[in-house]
Amino acid sequence: MSVSEKIREILAEQALLSPSDISADASLEDIGIDSMGVVEVIFAIEEAFSIEVPFNANDPQASAFDVSSVAAITAAVNQLIAEQKAAG
Amino acid sequence: MTRRVVITGQGAISALGATAKTTIDGMLEGRCAISALEFPNADRLSVGIGGQIKGYDPSEHFTRAELALFDPFTQFAVLSAREAVAQSGLAFDDALSLRSGVILGSAGGGLQTQDENYRLVYEEGKNRVHPFVVPRLMMNAGSSQLSMIFGLRGACYTIATACASSNHAMGQAFHAIRGGSADVMLTGGSDSMLCFGGLKAWEGLRVMSSDGCRPFCATRNGMVQGEGAAVFVFEELEHARARGADILAEVAGFSMTADAGDIVVPNQDGAARAISGALADGGLSAAQVGYVNAHGTATAVNDRTEVAALRAALGPAAEEVAVSSTKSMHGHIMGGTGAVELLSCIAAVKDGVLAPTVNYNTPDPECDLDIVANDARETFVKVAISNAFAFGGLNAVLALKRFA
Repeated sequence: MSVSEKIREILAEQALLSPSDISADASLEDIGIDSMGVVEVIFAIEEAFSIEVPFNANDPQASAFDVSSVAAITAAVNQLIAEQKAAG
Repeated sequence: MTRRVVITGQGAISALGATAKTTIDGMLEGRCAISALEFPNADRLSVGIGGQIKGYDPSEHFTRAELALFDPFTQFAVLSAREAVAQSGLAFDDALSLRSGVILGSAGGGLQTQDENYRLVYEEGKNRVHPFVVPRLMMNAGSSQLSMIFGLRGACYTIATACASSNHAMGQAFHAIRGGSADVMLTGGSDSMLCFGGLKAWEGLRVMSSDGCRPFCATRNGMVQGEGAAVFVFEELEHARARGADILAEVAGFSMTADAGDIVVPNQDGAARAISGALADGGLSAAQVGYVNAHGTATAVNDRTEVAALRAALGPAAEEVAVSSTKSMHGHIMGGTGAVELLSCIAAVKDGVLAPTVNYNTPDPECDLDIVANDARETFVKVAISNAFAFGGLNAVLALKRFA
C-alpha cells in the first residue's frame, strides 16, 4: 500500500467514510474530522509510518506539519519519512 | 419548609445483569455471579475469581468516537445513567439543566486505561500512546461525560473515598438538593478494576478469597472483587410531584464519619457513629429500620466489626433488623458498590423484598444478627440503610424511607 493510500485509509476510518470518498484537495474539516480527530489522525500516522510528526495541538497553524488538505498531509508525511530515514 | 429528596430513576450494570432490573432480579433470585476471571494474564493471578461482567460488547452501545474516550468505568456509568434518566422521564430543558448536576463515586477511575498504557510503554517499549489516555483515565471522566451527554450545567464532580465513594457521592447529591443548590442530580458510582495490574495490587494485601464471597458466614475467608455501576436520579420532591413522576423511594438521611485510626482496619465506633448519624439526620428511630444492606465484605474483621457497630448504633433494635450483603453475588464493586447495593434498599422499601446473602453455610457467633441467608425474604420495610466503610477509615451511611 502506498503512503497516499495508507493516509486515505487512516482518514477514512476516522471520518467513518470509504477511502474513495476522500479527495486529495479535501480539508479535514470537509470530511468531518474535528480538532480531537486531528490528534487521533496524527497518532495513527505516527504509528503506521514509524515517524515523529511535529504537531502542536495548542496551535495547529504554527506547526511545521501541514494538515490543510489530504494532499498536504501526504506530502508532509513523505518528507518526514525521507528525513527520518536519512537521519537513521 | 425542608426540601425533601426522592429517587425517580435507577440504572445499573453488574455481573448480575446489564440493567438495574436484571441486577435486582439476580439479587432476589440469590444468584451468585462470581466466576473465573477472563482477561490477559489472569492465569498469573493467585486469585482467579471475580464479579466480572461477561458477554458485554461495548460497540453495541457506543460509537467509535465515544469508545476512544470511554474507559470501561465511564461506559458503565453512561449505560446506567441512560437507563436511570429514561425511567425518570425527565427532559433537561434550559432552566432545569442549570439546576441539575452529577456526583459520582469511583475508587479506580480509568485504571484499565492506565494499566494497558503502562503495559504498552514499559512492557512493549512503545514510545507513544493514544492521544486520549488522559481524558480516558481521569477520575472525573465518568461524571463529566454524563454532564455533557445530558447537558447538566450545575455542580459536577467525582468523589474518591475507596469503597465508600458512591455513598459519599449520593450523600453529597442528597445534600445539594435538600440544601437548595440543585433540583435534580445524577448520582451513584462506577468502577472497573478487573485487569491484571488492578488485581495484582489487591493480591498484595492478602485479603481476597480464592474460593468465594461468604459474608457473615463462619467459613468466610476474604473479599471478592467485582465491577459495574449504578446511577440514580435524585430529585426534589415537589419537582417530582409537579410532573407526576413515579417515586421509587425517599432519601431520608445521610451521615459520614472518619475513624482517625488505621488505614485498613475498620473501627466499630466510626461505623456506629455513621449509622446513628444517618438516622438522626433523617429524623428516624432505630426501631423503624427494617433492613440493612451491610458493607459485608466477607473479611474476618469487617463483618464482626460491622455487626458490633450495628448493635452499638441500633441498640435492642439490632436484634430485630434483617441484614444482608449482596457482595456475595456481584462482588465488591469498590467505588460503585454502594450505588449497586442501593438497588436492594430501594427494593426493600418499595416492594418489601429483601435480597439475601448467598453462599452462607455456617453461622458465626460473632455475626449473630438476623442474616437474610441464601433466599430472598418478603417483609414490609419502612426504613432501609446502606452501609459503606472504606479503607482509610471513611464511613458513609444512607437511610432510605418508603415513599407512600
